[in-house]
Amino acid sequence: MCGATEGGLSLDGVNVAKEAVIQGQVLRGGAAGGEPVPNAYVRLLDRSGEFTAEVPTSATGHFRFFAGDGEWTLRTLAPKAQPVDTRVVAATGSVAEVQVLVTA
Amino acid sequence: MSRENSLVTAQWVEDNLDTDGVVLIEVDEDTTAYDKGHIRGAIKLDWTTDLQDQVRRDFVNKEQFEALLSERGVSNDDTVVLYGGNNNWFAAYAYWYFKLYGHQDVKLLDGGRKKWELDSRELTAEVPTREKTSYTATEQDHSIRAFRDEAVAAIGVKNLVDVRSPDEYAGRLLAPAHLPQEQAQRAGHVPTSINVPWSKAANDDGTFKSDEELRQIYADAGLDDTKETIALCRIGERSSHTWFVLKELLGHENVKNYDGSWTEYGSLVGVPVALGDEPGEA
Repeated sequence: MCGATEGGLSLDGVNVAKEAVIQGQVLRGGAAGGEPVPNAYVRLLDRSGEFTAEVPTSATGHFRFFAGDGEWTLRTLAPKAQPVDTRVVAATGSVAEVQVLVTA
Repeated sequence: MSRENSLVTAQWVEDNLDTDGVVLIEVDEDTTAYDKGHIRGAIKLDWTTDLQDQVRRDFVNKEQFEALLSERGVSNDDTVVLYGGNNNWFAAYAYWYFKLYGHQDVKLLDGGRKKWELDSRELTAEVPTREKTSYTATEQDHSIRAFRDEAVAAIGVKNLVDVRSPDEYAGRLLAPAHLPQEQAQRAGHVPTSINVPWSKAANDDGTFKSDEELRQIYADAGLDDTKETIALCRIGERSSHTWFVLKELLGHENVKNYDGSWTEYGSLVGVPVALGDEPGEA
């Protein structure tokens, strides 16, 4: 799956002007580095750490959220990997692209 | 009810994949998830087409539910084990739905599809065939289903538990953040409803927290267990998860799920709405 599109998921059909999009890709690090992880779970936590949403990654390891303005945390769970927390700032009218690296 | 009667572990499911009388059913928000892979022997119910009337906003009626389960090969005396993605949101919704139509022996797979996947247990694309049955449902049990007038009448009187995320409750978001936010209804919550996000009841792997932890969560949130309770969310599936916790795991007597939830309430003309993080006044 090395042919994943640079720059992330297509935004066709998404009204970016009205949404605060957070999206990206989960990759497995380590020796075999850079392989997309298709069966990971990415959860979006709000600024108080409370769960807001969760999505499974696509076949190419991609995920997307429609958040609100502000600071968020992505918590990524994948089989045979440690959970990873990633901070991200979202703003209406923009797309925050995030790459998450998981390791065993 | 109790945990022993209403929940099974992933290991139990794996040990009972070939047990007669145990029917695994996957119900997902993403209705294509099953087609990409599911637990061996599991059949699929599509919450949008199988469980919803296709014209009005309501459930399929008793006769339609009977025809559905007969056609899918589910018998009245089967042990139905439900599981799905999103931490079992839609599986819990189906659990509540099976109870609504009087199915006796129904259970949730603790942690659902996520726990199964994170355990690296086997999934298959093979679709099983089941002999048709002659399923008989009961009339809907309205002791577990709340309608809009009850939600309005409950303001300041009963426990109203809004299980959406804090941002949806406060009116900062209109839908869970994996869905686009543009919606028709007003933002906010039913005045006097307390906000206990469904996710507080679940561990990161989707399994339910212990009974002791669960009791503490609702006590800390100010749920008065001497009062009747109505759970609500946006469309009634996350509140099924909390209904399951309160009614089936903790054994509260009078707990209803308001399936109209915020997409109905937030569209009603003239009802009170509270904004912000506080419950608000009656």
